[in-house]
Amino acid sequence: MNALTSSDTDAEPAPLLLARQMGKRYPGVLALDRVDFALRAGEVHALMGENGAGKSTLMKILAGIVRRDAGQLWLGGQAVDFQSAAQAQAHGVAIVHQELNLMPHLTVAQNIWLGREPRRWGLWMDDAALLARTQAHLAALQLPLDPLAPVQRLSIAAQQLVEIAKALTQTARVLILDEPTAALNPHEVQALFEVVRRLRDQGVGVVYISHKMDEIQRIADRITVMRDGRSIATLPASTPLPKLVALMVGREVAETAPLPKPAQPPRECLRVQGLRRGRAVQDVGFALHAGEILGFAGLMGAGRTELARLIFGADRREAGQIWVQGRPCPMRSPQDAVHAGVAYLPEDRKQHGLAIGMSVEANITLASLRSCLRGGVWLAPARLAQRAREGVHRLRIKTPSIEQTVQLLSGGNQQKVVMAKWLLSQGEVLIFDEPTRGIDVVAKADIHQLIRDLAAQGKAVIVISSELPEVLALCHRILVMKEGRITGELHGPGITQAQLMHLATLPQALDPS
Amino acid sequence: MTSRPASNWSAQARQMLLAMASLLALVLVFSLLKPEAFMTTDNLIGILQSTTVIGVLAIASTFVIVTGGIDLSVGVLMTFCAVTGGVVMAEWRAPLWLGVPATIGTGALCGALSGLAITRLRVPPFIATLGMMMLLKGLSLIITRTKPIYFSDVEGFDQIALGSWIETWLPSLPLPNGVLIFAAVAVISAVVLRKTVLGRYALAIGSNEEAVRLSGVNVSRWKVLIYGFAGGICGVAGLLIASRLNSAQPALGQGYELDAIAAVVIGGTSLSGGVGSLLGTVIGAFIMSVLINGLRILSVAQEWQMVLTGAIIILAVYTDKLRRQQD
Repeated sequence: MNALTSSDTDAEPAPLLLARQMGKRYPGVLALDRVDFALRAGEVHALMGENGAGKSTLMKILAGIVRRDAGQLWLGGQAVDFQSAAQAQAHGVAIVHQELNLMPHLTVAQNIWLGREPRRWGLWMDDAALLARTQAHLAALQLPLDPLAPVQRLSIAAQQLVEIAKALTQTARVLILDEPTAALNPHEVQALFEVVRRLRDQGVGVVYISHKMDEIQRIADRITVMRDGRSIATLPASTPLPKLVALMVGREVAETAPLPKPAQPPRECLRVQGLRRGRAVQDVGFALHAGEILGFAGLMGAGRTELARLIFGADRREAGQIWVQGRPCPMRSPQDAVHAGVAYLPEDRKQHGLAIGMSVEANITLASLRSCLRGGVWLAPARLAQRAREGVHRLRIKTPSIEQTVQLLSGGNQQKVVMAKWLLSQGEVLIFDEPTRGIDVVAKADIHQLIRDLAAQGKAVIVISSELPEVLALCHRILVMKEGRITGELHGPGITQAQLMHLATLPQALDPS
Repeated sequence: MTSRPASNWSAQARQMLLAMASLLALVLVFSLLKPEAFMTTDNLIGILQSTTVIGVLAIASTFVIVTGGIDLSVGVLMTFCAVTGGVVMAEWRAPLWLGVPATIGTGALCGALSGLAITRLRVPPFIATLGMMMLLKGLSLIITRTKPIYFSDVEGFDQIALGSWIETWLPSLPLPNGVLIFAAVAVISAVVLRKTVLGRYALAIGSNEEAVRLSGVNVSRWKVLIYGFAGGICGVAGLLIASRLNSAQPALGQGYELDAIAAVVIGGTSLSGGVGSLLGTVIGAFIMSVLINGLRILSVAQEWQMVLTGAIIILAVYTDKLRRQQD
């Protein structure tokens, strides 16, 4: 079956998976509102939409993880009602989640067959059968993985492949991939796409959720756009980007404003010299000025996050010096950094940025609680609420109230909560580590505008991002890192992605020009 | 399902109502089964009295548990504080106004030491406080040469738990001071947890310690303060039990920490940290003591009381989990 030849004919083939009038209500939110969705065999069907549009909820229902409140579901023409993820799997619906769910200490083979290990006499593990079965499985999928390697030694990309192999152990008819490339470099994305295309050609229906437009246009056959819990339209993958974005947002998105100019004459806010920690960061030095947005580009593991953590005092440096506003700073701990006016928005907001079970207010005021106290120990509720509201207002955080638990917000709004926390702490040097990872286009545009505004106010900003277009659009100057060292510096208009990739993958480090 | 956004407050309020309802249900059942013995002033005051020590220890444990930690030393620390108080007041003849702060201060110091072991030596709380428990038990026995210290000569010491200031004003309400002290500790602790920076950081650390550290908060220092504060509350428990027994019994105390943890958990505080309520802990402590009192009144054998208590702890936490899944 070929989706390309059948997409424009009247005689639509019966869909492999058909969802009609799906409804799901959570407390306070209508997550899905009469959603229709049809997936054909042998197609890659992209699902797009802002965070909170209902993509994940729909997929969780299809995979049996969440029960629907309303609607009907057919698989291969047969009405189904999955009570559990195991039941959905038995019907051939497999899902690979955005977050990896592997046991780091177990091997690839053990992870793939976890819970379904081959056994002898009921109790004894049959390691030989496990190995043979894994080898056959990986060979059939053409995945280059070592069955006996512990998962923790694999790259993130390889771990992603393990997840896919695990999802495909039962004959899959439907494979759902939720943001599978969030942590992958371009080569790894390419390898993943080959696997996806092969599965598609074997007749598997693939649902592909992503925020990365370029990837969707490369891999998808059709695109369904969701907004506010509704399916808005299903279109061919060749649909031009502005039209897709307009559908996702429900209005035209304004062109991005030009970069503000850094302060003249330049005032140095941060200077770093000879910074070193193990192999992750080796002899790094640079300077950052007021009003400047400095980008750090590079592949995963190039040492950018590690560098940011050294500057912020989250990890101890082995050598090197740091000056903030011309004064040397010890940076033995994050307290030193906050005291010196340095703020760090971490890469992983759930693990390092948020107290996820606490309220929006508690999170926003966490780094500046000291200024919301009476008599040194008493929380001043009015001041706390006022600051939290200020943060919610300035960042346009969508939340029913400042009492809302952060857990219940969408990813983009969670990220804005972390940003609000640092905006209120009055830092002069702001380090944003992957500020828009996993965030939809609208929230992304908001965050970009905010970063520009901060620079225009004279703050010194560092942006670490693996998305080259983001670095190019946002930064005055870009430093490229590879294997713990700075391999190049680019500035001015006319920098290309190719130049950046070249520096990031150089066989040998060059002197910064 | 309500259409109102599920906020922290409403979830916690519902949890409180549920715990309160279970407590009332227990009271109702026992009063129906044995009205003549259960619903008497003496028995009710007895229940209040017997809840004080475990209740105060459970409050101390709550502070540690909301940070995602655990304190196994609270029971033995209580005894160590009582012993220290005995040395200071009964042997050195120090007056009450000096002996009481010394007892509480001992608790705070020992708690802070646990906190230091956890933060500076990076020993997990379970191990650090297990070590502290054994260490303090040994020290209590060494200091007392394994014999109880009696407070008979310490003027007014028995009044701390057993006297009744209220009775002198309201003769119809013979509430022992120990109960009032328990109530005061509960109120003060609830205020500290909800209204002060110590409580806010305790909850935040339990929710995500690394995020708090990366917000520029000195997590180690606050943890030492939190364990110290909890230790101070154990010192109050030490005073209460010593006053009630009019002696410091060095062999007592072990096992109390588990009752305290049970009360905390029944009250809906999560052992994984970040969520907790002192009202819940107090209700949890009462559920435990009403249960034990009622079963005794019904002449259930002591070994069967234990079996039932164990089953009820598991049931309470199970229903709490069920309810959370619905949210």
